[in-house]
Amino acid sequence: MSSRDMILEAVQRNQPPAAPLPEVPLFDDAAEPPLPRFKASLERMGGKLAEPSADADLAAWVAERYSGLRVLCSAVPEIAGTRRIEAAQAPKELEDVELAITRAAFAVAETGSIYLSERELIVNALGYLTQHLLVLLDPADIVGNLHHAFARPEFAEARYSVLMSGPSATADIEGVLIHGAQGVRSLTVALVAK
Amino acid sequence: MKRIDHAEASSHFIAETEHEAFHDRRLWDLRQKRDRESQTIPEWQALRDLASAIKEHTLTHLAGYLEQFEAKAKANGVQVHWALDAEEHNRIVHDILAARAVRTLVKSKSMLTEECELRPYLERRGIEVVETDLGERIQQLDDEPPSHIVVPAVHKLRGDVADVFTRTLGTDALNDDPHYLSEQQRVKTRPYFLKAEAGMTGGNFAVAETGGVVVCTNEGNADLSANVPPLFIASVGIEKLVPRLADLAVFVRLLSRSALGSPITQYTSHFRSPRDGGEMHIVLVDNGRAERLGMEKFWTSLKCIRCGACMNTCPVYRRSGGLSYGAVYSGPIGIILNPTHDLRKYSSLPFASTLNGSCTNVCPVKINIHEQIYHWRRIIAEHNQLPFVKKAAMKMAGRLLASPKMYRRSINVTDAAIEHLPRFLLYSRFNAWGRQREVPATPDQTFHAWYLKNRRMDGKTPS
Ligand code: SF4
Repeated sequence: MSSRDMILEAVQRNQPPAAPLPEVPLFDDAAEPPLPRFKASLERMGGKLAEPSADADLAAWVAERYSGLRVLCSAVPEIAGTRRIEAAQAPKELEDVELAITRAAFAVAETGSIYLSERELIVNALGYLTQHLLVLLDPADIVGNLHHAFARPEFAEARYSVLMSGPSATADIEGVLIHGAQGVRSLTVALVAK
Repeated sequence: MKRIDHAEASSHFIAETEHEAFHDRRLWDLRQKRDRESQTIPEWQALRDLASAIKEHTLTHLAGYLEQFEAKAKANGVQVHWALDAEEHNRIVHDILAARAVRTLVKSKSMLTEECELRPYLERRGIEVVETDLGERIQQLDDEPPSHIVVPAVHKLRGDVADVFTRTLGTDALNDDPHYLSEQQRVKTRPYFLKAEAGMTGGNFAVAETGGVVVCTNEGNADLSANVPPLFIASVGIEKLVPRLADLAVFVRLLSRSALGSPITQYTSHFRSPRDGGEMHIVLVDNGRAERLGMEKFWTSLKCIRCGACMNTCPVYRRSGGLSYGAVYSGPIGIILNPTHDLRKYSSLPFASTLNGSCTNVCPVKINIHEQIYHWRRIIAEHNQLPFVKKAAMKMAGRLLASPKMYRRSINVTDAAIEHLPRFLLYSRFNAWGRQREVPATPDQTFHAWYLKNRRMDGKTPS
């Protein structure tokens, strides 16, 4: 008998009497407007919210905001960057990226999270090897809470999904909060309609 | 196997007064953050009820969900392996790595791989294993196991970390600023992400309907480990299954709030299918879980989502440190998990508790932790695994406590009785961890007397 069959057989034999599966409500709190809540949650998690004006030249806005950075790798049509993610062959090539730019499929007000997958990142490592991350978000794409987030089709469709909530963080030494532990040192979400 | 003497081990931790005081404060702070955060969610108790019910449903239908998960994962292009025990798990992982000539493996924190002792197994076979979570890396470099399941190096102060890093990474011996130390680790770990041929993570959840494994971290090191090297392996205990994405929402809402008092971890990642040009494996591990499922009093411990809240709230854990439990899992959850692996070795652990029930009250999946601790005490007593000193003290206490009437009479004799009774029981050399404690001042009235005066409506005397 294979280990698989032995495990399944033992589990089957030992399963306690059946307990029912509850329905999970969406716990709607529709009263709260999503954008202010998203902003507060994101800032709490250490992320920043930016609101470039609707008629701004985005490339110029990025150049000014990140004036010290040289290698800008973009995955969005709105901003050219100095390098296109489509040109990357392997994750390791992204090692020198200082700013990565992508667009979130949606965001979650409750937790300040943005959703990214291989569709938005093209090369998943883009979101982690870069030093800083700029994510465009259409304010119409903010859902209220995690129940709504996990009800979205993306999780079942994408190969890799992440709810990213602020920059990489650690408090492993005496509880001192430090951003940029391993992944990105800063995360900025810019409200830009699609 | 040598019996762990928790009281003896904790006395070393307690002797380091500065460490003990900080440890106590830091974990209590996490507990308070958890309280504040949970109070912002009106449906908090409803979420705990749901989480408990979903886990009980899943565990009572586990075989079916495991098969569904496997079928989905395979359809997603993932290679699924099954491991009966730690040894088979380690062999499977090594075979995958060896077949691809992997020399360096980057790893994110996983209690399951600690449980299986994977790291020494691979290192003995010439594979370099690099822990990438900061706390776990500190512990690896100091050649110590994690002392807490969420914050592995919480028992160390900054000076200890500086010492470890100076010794192993060559950092400035005079600089113990946590920002500096953390940055040093970032800089020294990054080359490993780039050179490693394989990455590995554990799994917080496995979703049957998608075949995906969910990993929650704050550093993003799991995402680096999984997304940079071409080969990705996730090891997952069979109890980590949840049926649907809708269920996952409940657990993600509870996990980081219970663990650290933050609304969510910085990264909550769902790995469903290998990326282009990549390879993905999932190892489903039993290692005693199927057997525990058949233990009437203890199977619900399999609901645990490893949030650590029961540890943060436990007065014994906070004052004795995780390493004193001499086991992979420490604190209240460790007390109820470890004896299933080795009753004799861990027979002192169920006594490292005041049975105050605080662990049960904070547990997001509503495991009756303190009741299970009590059941373990009974089993240990029945199996005659009580350490001698506990047996002697218990026998003396037993004569008084066996009869509620006799107990009441004895403490009613004089107002000062309670000072004599616990002093004899708690402070004698027969109870090692009573040595560091003081009992609260005697209330003017016993609870029983108060109850009789204020609440006795039915005319009956409680026995
Ligand atoms: S037993 Fe409950 S409180 Fe303790 S780690 Fe597990 S889920 Fe968290």
